[in-house]
Amino acid sequence: MDTIQILFYALTVVALFSAIMVLVSKNPVHSVLWLIGVFFAISGHYILLNAQFLAIVNLIVYAGAIMVLFLFVIMLMNLNNQSEPQKHIWIKLAGAIAGGCFLMVLVSLVRQAVDLEHKSVLVGTGDIGLIRNLGKALFSDFVVPFEISSVLFLSAMVGAVVIGKKD
Amino acid sequence: MSKLVYLIPLFPLLGFLINGLGRKSLSKSMVGIIGSGAILASFVVSLLVFFDVKANGATVVTLFNFIQADRLTIPFAFQADQLSALFLLIITGVGFLIHLYSTAYMHEEEGPHFARYFAYLNLFVFSMLLLVLGANYVIMFIGWEGVGLCSYLLIGYWFKNDQYNYAAKKAFVMNRIGDLGFLLALFWLISKLGTVNYSDVFAQVNQLSSFDITAITVLLFVGAMGKSAQIPLYTWLPDAMAGPTPVSALIHAATMVTAGIYMIARSNILYTMAPATQTLVAIVGLVTAVFAATIALKQNDIKKVLAYSTVSQLGYMFLGLGVGAYTGAVFHVMTHAFFKALLFLGAGSVIHAMHHEQDIRNMGGLKKYLPVTHITFLLGCLAIAGIPPFSGFFSKDEILMAAYAKNPLYYFIGLAGALMTAFYMFRLYSITFLGNFRGTHEQEHHLHESPSAMTIPLIILAVLSVIGGFVGIPEVFASNAHSLEHFLAPVFAASTQLKEAHHMEASEEYLFMAGSTTAIILIIVLAVRSYKKYQRTTAENTGIAKVLENKWYIDELYDALVVNPLNAFAGFLKNVVEKSGIDGVVNGVGRLVGYGSRQLRLLQSGQVGSYILVMVMVMVVFVLIWFNDATIMRFFSKIF
Amino acid sequence: MPIQYYIYLCLALFSIGIIGVLTRRNAIIVFMCIELMLNAVNLLLVAFSKMHHGAAIAVNPASQTGVEGQLFVFFIMVVAAAEVSVGLAIIVMLFRNTHSVDINFLNRLKN
Repeated sequence: MDTIQILFYALTVVALFSAIMVLVSKNPVHSVLWLIGVFFAISGHYILLNAQFLAIVNLIVYAGAIMVLFLFVIMLMNLNNQSEPQKHIWIKLAGAIAGGCFLMVLVSLVRQAVDLEHKSVLVGTGDIGLIRNLGKALFSDFVVPFEISSVLFLSAMVGAVVIGKKD
Repeated sequence: MSKLVYLIPLFPLLGFLINGLGRKSLSKSMVGIIGSGAILASFVVSLLVFFDVKANGATVVTLFNFIQADRLTIPFAFQADQLSALFLLIITGVGFLIHLYSTAYMHEEEGPHFARYFAYLNLFVFSMLLLVLGANYVIMFIGWEGVGLCSYLLIGYWFKNDQYNYAAKKAFVMNRIGDLGFLLALFWLISKLGTVNYSDVFAQVNQLSSFDITAITVLLFVGAMGKSAQIPLYTWLPDAMAGPTPVSALIHAATMVTAGIYMIARSNILYTMAPATQTLVAIVGLVTAVFAATIALKQNDIKKVLAYSTVSQLGYMFLGLGVGAYTGAVFHVMTHAFFKALLFLGAGSVIHAMHHEQDIRNMGGLKKYLPVTHITFLLGCLAIAGIPPFSGFFSKDEILMAAYAKNPLYYFIGLAGALMTAFYMFRLYSITFLGNFRGTHEQEHHLHESPSAMTIPLIILAVLSVIGGFVGIPEVFASNAHSLEHFLAPVFAASTQLKEAHHMEASEEYLFMAGSTTAIILIIVLAVRSYKKYQRTTAENTGIAKVLENKWYIDELYDALVVNPLNAFAGFLKNVVEKSGIDGVVNGVGRLVGYGSRQLRLLQSGQVGSYILVMVMVMVVFVLIWFNDATIMRFFSKIF
Repeated sequence: MPIQYYIYLCLALFSIGIIGVLTRRNAIIVFMCIELMLNAVNLLLVAFSKMHHGAAIAVNPASQTGVEGQLFVFFIMVVAAAEVSVGLAIIVMLFRNTHSVDINFLNRLKN
């Protein structure tokens, strides 16, 4: 087992554990913190895949901006264990079973997929994830979607303001 | 020329559409011109077709494929041959005269109803033409149903009278009973031979077992019984006199009721090969002929007498068919069409003059008021009674001679019926036209001869009744004199081959003719003498006369045996089965659906979470179904 | 590294997200689970991008195959950021009106 594999398994364990803790935590603040953990683990995976740009963006945008926003909102609402609404145990069980079945069915599908046999992921090398290469593609082939996304942000901003404004 | 045969039914159809759709806007005279003109046009084309057939023989014109199902092909085809050409002439010719007559007779009706009348009449002629022109049994059946429908419509023409509506319904239902037989025969033919075309059926008739042939012919004969008013389905015809008199003349004397004769004459080869059915046909015809004649002896309604006379004459035709005298039967159809149309129209003229009085006890002495009607009616009576050389003599004689050849008993019973015919016709004539007028003064004041639109058809029909018989002069008088037989020979050729020739001695035949004629003349003299000075009496008839006056209580018998039990059964269905059974089921289904939807409504909680849950479960199920193979199952079993 | 490993990981993360959506009533937690599912998909996209890239440079070392996949992830992040801003605004508004973040209050779909 080489380093990369060890790293892969470690990151996977961290990601899955953190994800489960997101669900299990009673306190929403804890959930947010565990989710940040998940995002860090996923960023680690990106680095493992040599997708450095995405790893950084993921940290900045998700773990940084978005989760801070979540945290901010939760704290603004002063949510805690006591105010946390709980579903009925049967509904929880049904949801867990449904999700578990979903997972199992899809896993079994992947297991029998002939197309995926002997396919492997290039780990640790490959330079398409570098900022230089992505930037080239982004500002040549994908320049129109990029500009449109700025309009999207603008509209989202306006929308958020309009919705959040006290009427 | 025969290619234009489709024009013949087309004209009346157009007339029906124009008169029927434009009944609110067309003037009465326009309606009359369109209605009569359509039939006249058909008559002209029929004449052309007739001469073409006479010169060139039969043709079949296929218009399009009507039904195509597996191996069964039913073309919409017309067949112009000797038999249908003859019927075409009778239908369009007599039909035209009656249309002409109707323009005057129905003149009191309001515009839309007048047009409705002519529309129905045209539709009737159209159906009848379809019936005789069809080149297979299905087309014939279409026409067959069509005339039944028109008969219903026309009997119930004055629909404000409940009694008339009842008569119309009775006619329709009786006809339907017969039609069921026809339909069954049709299906039997299709299942055995896979075809209904006349030419194919008659060519393959040898492939049928004798049981099949007997069954088919009996079923067809049941159809004919209904349409041609034979025992036991005859009771609708006298009641059908509720319709306007020209309708009685057209439908219930000259054309529609002869459909059964036409059908059997058309299928003559089938009947020739089924001797049992032939005997049945002959016996039913004979019994009907005599039975109806006895009823006619005591009827007092001028149209009822003629109606029973029609039933009786139809019985003779069936007797002719039953003994294999197909030509004689068709001949009698023709002469009967002439003189019975004449008699009915004459009766219509009398009724018209008497302001819708139909009871002959209130008439009398009409001779001097209605000269034309009187003379033509007398000629008609002589023709139907069978006095030589009027037309009825030849045709009836031919049938009776053939009956004698088959079985002398048939002859003597038939002759008894013929004597009764002479008696009741001249009783009718004497009471109506001779003696003194017995109606009210007001009626007497208004007595007048009918307009020329009514008398001209009478005169034409009278001439035809007198001379119509000369197309069928018996062989004993001159060889090859029976031109009708020669004309129709191709149609009946197959049957003629199978039938052993019966040739009576000439002297014997002369003897019978002379004997029957003498007897008929004696009966006529008796009838005229006893009813010339007829006076109304209030005394009720007793004994057999009362039974005859009440038509042997047949209607009452049918009511008791069929109608009332059916009504009771229908009442049971309506009040018990419908109310508690069917309503219960229907309401139960409704309640069940209501209950089910109330329960299902609970699923629609409006909560996103439950929707997503369902969505995920459905996705799982879908994937399982989509990739339903062993691998997933093996994986599952490995896990658990 | 076989591609199946990444797929299993992503499926597991995605399913955890689904279970979270199904079992929690707190709107914010549900929203977070949706983000988790988005991230699972992002990771899978990157893995596939690298899989194709690896196959392509074996033939042509200068190949740029797979760039699109990573750019797609970038755009997903862009859209997710916008979505979060609007979504959180909605939740804040909801909280202001109902003083709760329970999604069971949001059963207006019923009528």
